[in-house]
Amino acid sequence: MSDGWASAISDFFIAYPLLLALVKSVLLAVALLIYVAYVILADRKIWAAVQLRRGPNVVGPWGLLQSFADFLKFALKEPVIPDVANKGVFLFAPFIMATLSIAAWAVIPVADGWAVGDINVGILYIFALSSLGVYGVIMGGWASNSKYPFLSALRSAAQMVSYEVSIGFVIITVLLCAGSLNLTDIVHAQDTSYGMAGWYWLRLFPMFVIFFVSALAETNRPPFDLVEAESELVAGFMIEYSATPYVLFMLAEYVAIVTMCALLTILFFGGWLPPIKVAPFTYVPGVIWFTLKVSFFFFFFAMVKAFVPRYRYDQLMRLGWKVFLPISLAMVVIVAAVLQFWPAGPAGS
Amino acid sequence: MGALRERTRRIGAVRTKNVQAVFFYLFATIMIASAGVVIFARNPVHSVLFLILAFCNGAGLFLLAGAEFLAMILIVVYVGAVAVLFLFVVMMLDVDFAELKQGFAKYLPVGVGVGVVVLAELGFVALGWSSAPSAADAAANPIIPQMSNTAALGQILYTKYVIFFQASALVLLTAMIGAIVLTLHHKPNIKRQKIDEQNARTRENVIEIKKVPFRTGV
Repeated sequence: MSDGWASAISDFFIAYPLLLALVKSVLLAVALLIYVAYVILADRKIWAAVQLRRGPNVVGPWGLLQSFADFLKFALKEPVIPDVANKGVFLFAPFIMATLSIAAWAVIPVADGWAVGDINVGILYIFALSSLGVYGVIMGGWASNSKYPFLSALRSAAQMVSYEVSIGFVIITVLLCAGSLNLTDIVHAQDTSYGMAGWYWLRLFPMFVIFFVSALAETNRPPFDLVEAESELVAGFMIEYSATPYVLFMLAEYVAIVTMCALLTILFFGGWLPPIKVAPFTYVPGVIWFTLKVSFFFFFFAMVKAFVPRYRYDQLMRLGWKVFLPISLAMVVIVAAVLQFWPAGPAGS
Repeated sequence: MGALRERTRRIGAVRTKNVQAVFFYLFATIMIASAGVVIFARNPVHSVLFLILAFCNGAGLFLLAGAEFLAMILIVVYVGAVAVLFLFVVMMLDVDFAELKQGFAKYLPVGVGVGVVVLAELGFVALGWSSAPSAADAAANPIIPQMSNTAALGQILYTKYVIFFQASALVLLTAMIGAIVLTLHHKPNIKRQKIDEQNARTRENVIEIKKVPFRTGV
């Protein structure tokens, strides 16, 4: 009986492939948003623990429902739109930010074959969406029609564009090694008999470090959170935002952070693969390994926020253009040369 | 059972094709409409934003045509980099709309003249268009099986057209160096942080320890 039901359901979805994609997308989006709610809580808890505080601990047991309470508070507040703001663009900016950051998850394989759209140019798709994220920032800052948001939007946009360059080169080195732009294939390329030592973090260690630091800058996380440098720019490009539009910006920021953690996992940490290919590890489903690895990287994002002081703007630009760009450019040449002249060597698979 | 399933799969494929047609008209309509708004919008920032919308819909059309790599590159390069610069410049310019409209009647004949010339040239090009001899074959089988779009582009770009590819890269490099040279000014009397000098400082050459005699000073 249950077998008949399962076959009927699968027949239905074969007849309506777009409906299947819709169901998958909704499931993924819901899982992602719940995960992000707890990531925000974890961020605050880790930060608090480093500073010997308790962090949010009132709403729900151990404060577990804090993010949902915050969300309700923001959603029920009155959105204040400044009189001189360009209303259409002002309201569109947070919307576009949130949509783009969630849309990036359409191609991320959370387990073998578990991607909504397993497209050939998956990594380029994510790169394109993250380069579009700049527009939410610029539009929000400009449409607020106020000096501080505008200045910090310009800063933030310059910062995001700068670090995108080195992220692009890091991605190219990984693509050279994996020989594909498809995220699933990139993970399969790391599936060697060495387990964890076969993943790209070891072979491309400098690139791994550059990608991590650039990801911090790309998502405007501390120590690169000059956008919201409260000592000089009040609170960044979203000063004029309140209630739901604000919560969309915040959601977009954290989804972008989780996306970067997922990219680190896929490009350098073997995606859904178990760290050691022996019995108890291989029984654990891939999606659990993936979530664990993403959480592991998020922990580092949170720790960096807790104990690294903020960079000065010129230092940030110097690091991006004069340190990371030459190193990653050189590494592209080196990796390509090694692959060409020594295909069975350490960089090849 | 197997035949039935095959039939439903075919129906699903047909439905997907229909949806593709719907998306084609959707993207095409939005693209043309937003291109119109680029010209007619009063606020230049809105113009740039609609230009970006047009680019995104162009990428959508590329995707429908099966050119996934081009679609993504269009977004990364044009939308993610070029249009950001447009937007920067347009936002920072203090545009006076009244002053802009002042010379409208004066410049109208010149503008119309340029427009007519460009239109005529485009017309000549379109009428005298001749395809490459191998294009018809390639159009019949646009997608090579077992080879992704990106790999196919790379194969042709780095073999048959490698000279043109490298030449255009050199032109871009020259343009980039030119832009940097034009804007690079080393002003004297400005204090800059020199990281190398700072890192090269050692305890020996910055600190001097003096023995201070009691109640006499240095």
